[in-house]
Amino acid sequence: MKPADLLYAKTHEWVAVADEGGAKVATVGISAFAVEALTDLVFIELPKVGARVQAEQPFCEVESVKAVSDVYAPVTGEVVEVNARLPDRLEVLSSDPYGEGWIAKIRISDESNLAKLMNYAAYQKQCAEEGA
Amino acid sequence: MNDNRELSRTPLHGWHIAHGGRMVDFAGWSMPVQYTSIVEEHQATRQSVGLFDISHMGRLVIDGPDAARFLGSLLTRRIDDMAPGQVRYSLICNEQGGVLDDVLVYQIQLPEGGLSGFGLVVNASNRAKIVQWLHQHRGDLGVGIDDKTSEYSMIAVQGPRAIELLDSASDCELTSLRYYHGVMTRVASFRAFVSRTGYTGEDGCEIICDAADAAIIWTRLMERAEPMGGAAVGLGARDTLRLEAGMPLYGHELSEQISPIQAGLAFAVNLRGREFLGRDAIAAAQQNEQLPVRVGLQLEGKRAAREGAVILQGDRPAGEVTSGTFSPTFQRPIAMGYVKPSAAAPGAPLAVDIRGQHHAAQVVPLPFYQRGK
Repeated sequence: MKPADLLYAKTHEWVAVADEGGAKVATVGISAFAVEALTDLVFIELPKVGARVQAEQPFCEVESVKAVSDVYAPVTGEVVEVNARLPDRLEVLSSDPYGEGWIAKIRISDESNLAKLMNYAAYQKQCAEEGA
Repeated sequence: MNDNRELSRTPLHGWHIAHGGRMVDFAGWSMPVQYTSIVEEHQATRQSVGLFDISHMGRLVIDGPDAARFLGSLLTRRIDDMAPGQVRYSLICNEQGGVLDDVLVYQIQLPEGGLSGFGLVVNASNRAKIVQWLHQHRGDLGVGIDDKTSEYSMIAVQGPRAIELLDSASDCELTSLRYYHGVMTRVASFRAFVSRTGYTGEDGCEIICDAADAAIIWTRLMERAEPMGGAAVGLGARDTLRLEAGMPLYGHELSEQISPIQAGLAFAVNLRGREFLGRDAIAAAQQNEQLPVRVGLQLEGKRAAREGAVILQGDRPAGEVTSGTFSPTFQRPIAMGYVKPSAAAPGAPLAVDIRGQHHAAQVVPLPFYQRGK
């Protein structure tokens, strides 16, 4: 997926929304900026398939040598699929964060949070401010 | 404390910024936590040589005719038998035998006036407290107490190739310098005091130089280190290195509530024939078999047990983690913590509560890492 086509949460998750059989499903990952900031990742605790997640609440944990960080659900809904191969090859989070590095798919039950997500330009601006 | 206060900067601050240092507030100092990656910087130190800016540490000079007597009344370790150039690890304790700071004491022969004095390197986070403590206990002794932190800078050069690097850049032959001894010499042609000390578990030295010369010395050392596979190392890897080496860090393994005995630092306490602040309380702690003691823990899996995590024996709390990380050398989580004595024997099967999940942990002897001779 192209970074320019994605939506972003202020907590650095990316979202790609697709229509699947009438339901909106969000594919979620963490941005290249976030992966770069984390560095030295050693572990990811994926959410469970079937878990109900709430927008802006932690739904996954990534651990680096330095610290544990929460990944926040960018939308509200149910986890319908996780990238089960990810824990054994965390390096794809940095090599391909918007493709092979996807974390989970969430079937959206409440679309209200989608409006809060940023487009690529707005997200780039936030990263530039945080990086400064 | 005011969050907007200006952070102190070391003379190498500009270099850190120019070389991608990710700067953080460490005890009021703007310091690099890493440049590229904690793991890469860690491995560079274990395999070749790492350069560390440790100018944030407090550097005090204690001189005057009563300097030895004065420090002897405050330090847990004997210093009156130190030879010029010798360095010793010691603790400063309160009346209750709790640790106020862990310090390096340097016996220095001051050329001017012929007075003998001592250097004291203290933790950045404890510097103000220790300076105040020294003044408070000086009484009418003939002692000078000077905080020289900003006049001097400090660089650690650590790793199996550290001595080779320094030998090529300094005026003296450091291979023959004994551990915990130092010498006044020149590094990159600038005057510097070089001691064979460190905080990584590797061979190496720490350099104290004039603040004005630090940036040039650092740059010259980096020029030589890089072709050797060496690297500048931030506080992140400094922490993983010292953790693997089983070395305590103030604010984690050491505090005013912990005695040197519990911390496993009896080697840094000389009780016999001495009087010093905290002596009686430390002697009592030595007889107390109930006090929690510092242990090393090795965990399964990949999740690190972090500071504050509860250590369990069966289903009962047995202690708490004080430092933990994923060890770059062993590729598994390691931690230090305090547990009750019945849970402290090497091999003892314990568990750590990591964010609500119990992970198996085993007590292992410290240090985790010991370099090959």
